[in-house]
Amino acid sequence: MPAGFSAADFYNILPELVLTGGALLVLIVDVLTARQQRGLLAWVTLGVLVATLLALLPFSDVNTVASRGLLAIDGFAFFFKLVFLLTALVTVLMSSSYIEVEGLRAGEYYFLILCATLGMMFMASGIDLITIFIGLETMAVAFYILAGFLKPNRRSNEAAVKYFLLGAFSLGLLLYGMSILYGLSGTTNVRELATVLASQERNALLIVGLVMVVAGIGFKIAAVPFHMWAPDVYEGAPTPVTAFLSVGSKAASFAMLLRLFMEGLPFLADMWQPMFWVLAVMSMTVGNLAALTQSNIKRMLAYSSIAHAGYLLIGVVANSSRGVTAMMIYLLLYVFMQLGAFAVVVMLRRQDVAGDELKDLSGLYFRYPTAAVAMLFFMLSLGGLPPTAGFMGKFWLFSAAIESGFIWLAVIGVLNSAVSLYYYIRVVVFMWMKEEALGSPIVASPSMAVALTVALAGAVVFGVYPRPLFELAQESAQSIGGVAAAVSALSF
Amino acid sequence: MLEAYVPILIFVFVATGFAIFTLIMSGLLHPERYNKVKLEPYECGIEPETDARDRYSIRYYLVAMLFVIFDVETVFMFPWAVIMDELALFGLIEMIVFLFILVVGYVYAWRKGALEWA
Amino acid sequence: MLEITPTHYLVLSAGLFMIGVIGVMVRRNIIIIFMSIELMLNAVNVNLAAFSQQWQHVTGQVFAVFVIAVAAAEAAVGLGIILAFYRNKETVNIDEMNVMRW
Repeated sequence: MPAGFSAADFYNILPELVLTGGALLVLIVDVLTARQQRGLLAWVTLGVLVATLLALLPFSDVNTVASRGLLAIDGFAFFFKLVFLLTALVTVLMSSSYIEVEGLRAGEYYFLILCATLGMMFMASGIDLITIFIGLETMAVAFYILAGFLKPNRRSNEAAVKYFLLGAFSLGLLLYGMSILYGLSGTTNVRELATVLASQERNALLIVGLVMVVAGIGFKIAAVPFHMWAPDVYEGAPTPVTAFLSVGSKAASFAMLLRLFMEGLPFLADMWQPMFWVLAVMSMTVGNLAALTQSNIKRMLAYSSIAHAGYLLIGVVANSSRGVTAMMIYLLLYVFMQLGAFAVVVMLRRQDVAGDELKDLSGLYFRYPTAAVAMLFFMLSLGGLPPTAGFMGKFWLFSAAIESGFIWLAVIGVLNSAVSLYYYIRVVVFMWMKEEALGSPIVASPSMAVALTVALAGAVVFGVYPRPLFELAQESAQSIGGVAAAVSALSF
Repeated sequence: MLEAYVPILIFVFVATGFAIFTLIMSGLLHPERYNKVKLEPYECGIEPETDARDRYSIRYYLVAMLFVIFDVETVFMFPWAVIMDELALFGLIEMIVFLFILVVGYVYAWRKGALEWA
Repeated sequence: MLEITPTHYLVLSAGLFMIGVIGVMVRRNIIIIFMSIELMLNAVNVNLAAFSQQWQHVTGQVFAVFVIAVAAAEAAVGLGIILAFYRNKETVNIDEMNVMRW
């Protein structure tokens, strides 16, 4: 083995290795089995994800650096990997019936889901610009294909083309910024970047690099004004893919953002904090106002997810360990509420109904009461009403902002939450007070029922009893928040 | 300072000048006698059957895309080949793993009929 | 002797990058927009190679190799997506992408 490598390096990336092997296994099984046995693929995929989860569990207390400083195996990475695997599991569970109705190729679909998950995991543990970039692209390329997976569907085609062009464009911006950071510091390691650049004088080039990186990441988290791809892609992509995209890709991009800015560029906080609060205010306001007028559920949830990117950015602006903790909690809760809402939308897709218009929800309570009650919970949670999970998440985010002295930002956040209630409640009105929509009966396959139960349980339990989640997030945030806290203590 | 580039400048002038000179001279000197055979794109060789601006089969793009992917993987093999001595067995195993992943993709494309021509 | 300094490379890559960005903004043909994006990525490669030379280590070159590989993967996926779009729509003009709006 070459110098600097040891068997421990391979042990440290065990979950990723299992997932890579599992993804290849899915391809092989797809080639070997006959067309009638494709149900097997979902089971293999679930097995792979559970195996990855089991391989990940021993790393809850590990805090080390693997592969010559390319990857950090710490609490922060552990927490986010947990989030990604959970998201992937629920997505796979809600996909099987949808794949059947649409007649999709299951093998490629599950393979790409696993590849995207793999990319996200590398984004969360990457502490080198190269690793972060590779992880980002592994995820993004998989999502480009998934967005266009309904090949005869023109909306899906359009979604894929738009996502691809804007994704590639934002990658160009991000990479150009990264190349400048590398040029100024002579290192691609994020932690070394912090120490090298902190001692240098600021120049115009550094500012150009910083702005480019912020813009590139802004595209990935769909923050206004870099959000224009999101509504079209969310609407056109297959619904389970939209669910996975809106939760997984967002969480992974925020993980990357925290790594880059809190670990790599904390000394520039006075420069990136203003940029992020502008993005946060614009995302919250534009996202919520645009969501008010939507008639398509997927499009409405897209604008709502833009608004949620705004809420989450408040945690970045707070630039404290508490802010990071709040973001992590919010992202995990967001998994349950957003995936749950999308699961109900997936259920509405039947042989004769597209099921993504608001009117398709009409009278859902009288046709399928459990789904309607679940949807009620997800909507109230996304809107942030107590005592739901969404309220706890928002509470922590806003209190982190207040603690760091951004009281006005918290006020804007609260006002926006109030506005957002209108369109979340509108969904409830449709489910309870409108005439029943036409179409064949709505049925939940067993796997869909499991997915809904998991989402609902998460949204309810963590809303009422959030302590274990809070403790886990607080502990996990130590590995990244420690750096930020230490540096901000120096500069104030 | 700039002296080092003077030869390049002279070269550019000479090359451009020669091209212009030959074009003008042949234009002045050659006789103009056209016939049908002479106006064809190729005076010798296979006779063109249809217009060259034809649509390619969609298959062509599929093969071209597969080629691009598998072709570019060589960029990872060159650095490996250069320091093969230092990496020794470890490097060899790593490269075999890398190629195995590629082969799985290749076999998948093959079995799914991406390489069939018709 | 005129020496080629990192500044020269930076100016070259900034020029390439700007051509790419302007191409993305003004062109209407999806293929040409995609070519402009490739130009942006190659501007990044010029930067990385130049900085690698400046710092006298190979990190930048390794980065560039990965950028090349990823750009190729993206090209393959992107052309596939554009082909799927063309099969349904018989055009590669970005103004014709109008099924979804606001």
